[in-house]
Amino acid sequence: MSATPAVVASELTRRFGSFVAVDRVSFQVAAGEIFGFLGSNGAGKTTTIRMLCGLLAPSRGFASVLGLDVARDARALRHRIGYMSQRFSLYSDLTVAENLAFWGAAYGLSGARLEQRIAWALAAAELEDRHRTLVGALPAGFHQRLALVAALLHEPSVVFLDEPTSGVDPDMRRRFWDLIDTLAAAGTTVFVTTHYLDEAERCHRVALMHAGRLLALDTVAALKGKFAAGTVLEIHCEQPARALGVLERVEGVMDAALFGETLHLVLDHPGRGEQVLAHLQGAGFTSVRATPTAATLEEAVIHTIKSLGPREAGALAPGAAPWGEVGP
Amino acid sequence: MTAAPPTAPLPTAPAPEAAVAALQSVELAYGTVRALRGIDLEVHRGEAVGLIGPDGAGKTSTLRILAGLQRPTAGEARLFQLPIWPNRRRLQRRLGYLAQRFALYGDLTVEENIRFFALLLGVANWRLRAEALLERVGLLPFRHRLADQLSGGMKQKLALVCSLLHSPEILLLDEPTAGVDPVTRREFWRLLADLLAEGLTLLVATPYLDEAERCTRVLLLHSGRVLADAPPRRLRSLLPGSIVEISGSPRQTLRAALATLPQLQDVQPFAAGYHARTTDPTPDLEAISRALTAAGVTVHTCKPVPASLEDTFLALTATPRRAPQGDP
Repeated sequence: MSATPAVVASELTRRFGSFVAVDRVSFQVAAGEIFGFLGSNGAGKTTTIRMLCGLLAPSRGFASVLGLDVARDARALRHRIGYMSQRFSLYSDLTVAENLAFWGAAYGLSGARLEQRIAWALAAAELEDRHRTLVGALPAGFHQRLALVAALLHEPSVVFLDEPTSGVDPDMRRRFWDLIDTLAAAGTTVFVTTHYLDEAERCHRVALMHAGRLLALDTVAALKGKFAAGTVLEIHCEQPARALGVLERVEGVMDAALFGETLHLVLDHPGRGEQVLAHLQGAGFTSVRATPTAATLEEAVIHTIKSLGPREAGALAPGAAPWGEVGP
Repeated sequence: MTAAPPTAPLPTAPAPEAAVAALQSVELAYGTVRALRGIDLEVHRGEAVGLIGPDGAGKTSTLRILAGLQRPTAGEARLFQLPIWPNRRRLQRRLGYLAQRFALYGDLTVEENIRFFALLLGVANWRLRAEALLERVGLLPFRHRLADQLSGGMKQKLALVCSLLHSPEILLLDEPTAGVDPVTRREFWRLLADLLAEGLTLLVATPYLDEAERCTRVLLLHSGRVLADAPPRRLRSLLPGSIVEISGSPRQTLRAALATLPQLQDVQPFAAGYHARTTDPTPDLEAISRALTAAGVTVHTCKPVPASLEDTFLALTATPRRAPQGDP
C-alpha cells in the first residue's frame, strides 16, 4: 500500500434542506484497501459515496479521491473511478457483449483496447460462454458480476460498490468477492457498502455510519474485540425464545438475541453473569448453562449504536421512530 | 463463535406431538425442469427451520407447496396432518406466507394496507392485533404514511405484520430480509422470537447464513434435494476437512502462492488474510507455512479457525469452478 491515501474525507457534510444526511464525516482509505461501509438504510452511506464520486456537491467539508478534489475536479475524477450503484444500469435487451461495448465506449475506450478490456471483463465475470446472452436472461448473480466488470472496464484505481451483492446466493457472492480480492491485491481500492455482516468480515477495515455520523472505523477483529472478556455469553436453556423476554428486563443486560436453541447476551460487565443466571433460574428455567463466547460483528454493530443513548440512536424507545430509519 | 461445546440434547418441541408440517418424497416439475426431486421434511410446533441453498435449489418451491400455492407432482405434503392441496383454502387460514416480492399497495397507507389484508384474510377483530404488531416493529408512528414512502426495511416489516394479522400457527417466509439492514433485521427477528415463544412455527428461506444461525434447525437444499438437515452448529461440523486462517505479505504473492498449494481446496479472502479449506481435519500448518515462505511470503498467521456455516455450505454445495450452470 502506498502512503498516499486513495480516499480522504474531512468533516464531509451534506444537507438536504434542514435534514443532515452526512454529518462531519472524516476518514481515509489506503490504496489497495477493501473498505467496508456499514449502516442502516438512511444512515448516509449512499450520499457519502455520491459525494466521493463527484455526483453530489458537499454542503461543507472536503473530500478527495486519488488526490483530486471531488467538488472541483469531478470531471477528471470520473475517468479514474468506477461506480456500481444499487440499481446498476445494464440494458436487459442488449447482450452481455453489447452492454460491455456500450459502457466501454461511454468510458472513452475504443479499438483494440476496448476489445482487450471486453475480453478481460468476460473472463473476470466468468461470462465468456454467455457473451451473446441477453442480459435480461442472466441469473441474478451474473448480473451483478457483469455490472461490476462493466464499472471496471476503464481500469479505475478506486471503485465504489453500493450494495453490490444484494439478493445474490452465497456461492455467487463468494465468486464476486474473489474478484474483488484480485483487484485489491493488484492495487485497486475497493469501497463497498453491504448489509451482509459475513461479507463485511472480508473487508480490511469497516466504517459504521448511523444517522449521518461515523460511529466507528476499525478492523472487524478490533470491533469485535471491544467487548471485555466474560461480557458476551452464550446461554443454553429450555424454551430460549421465552427466556429472551425475561433476560431483556434484567439489569446489566445490554443486548440479547435468540440464536436457534441458544441465546447470546452482552453484559455491561463480566461480574454480571452469575446474577443473570440466578434471575433466569428464579423465573423457573431449570437447565441453564452459560459459556463465554466471542462477539459477532452484528453484536458489535448493534452495541455501538445502542451505546449512543436513545436520543442520538434515533429510536430505541418504544413508540419512537424505528431506529435505522432516518426519514424526512 | 469459539470452541462451542457439543450440543446437549436440548428440549425443543415435545417429541410425541405430530408434525405441524410434513413433506414425504415430494417432487415438483415445471415441464421438464425438476425443481424438487424428493424432499422429506418434518417440522414440529415451535421450531424455527431455515431453508438454505443456492439459487434454484428448491427453497421457494418447497415454501409454495407448504403454502398451498403449488400442487406437488408426486409425494405427500401435509399441514396439521391434512393433505395440503385438497384442503388449501381451509389451511390458508392457519398459515402465514410472506413471498419474496410481497405486493403492498403503494398508494394506500400503512393502515389501509392492513385493513385490506384483514378483509382478504377474513379477520374480524384486526385493529387491536394490528396495533400491537405495528408497535412491536416500530411502525405505529407511520401508520398514516403511504406504503410507497416507506423505506425497504419498513416495507418488509409492514409485509410481516400483514402476514400475521390472522394469527397463523405456521409462518412461511421467503427471503424476508433481503436488502434489509442489520438493525432492521434484528428487529424483525426480535418479533419472530416473541411469536416463537407463543408457539408459532417458522419456516424461513434465506440467503443470509448468519440469519440461518437464528434457526433451531437448518435444511440445506441443493438441486431439489435435502443435502443436510441439522441444527446450525451440527451443520458446521459437517464440513469436510477444516479451515485455516492465513495472512501474510505481500498480499499478491500470498494470493498466488495459496492457489498453488495442493492441500488447500478453497481459498477465500477474509479481512487482511484468507480462509482456506483443507481436506485434512488436522492439517500440517508447518508445511503450509514453509511452502508459503519458500514462495516469498512473510507469513503473519497460519492457524486453524472454526468453520462458519458459509464454509460448510460452500463445501457441501461446491460446483466445479467455471462449469456451465443451469439458469434457475
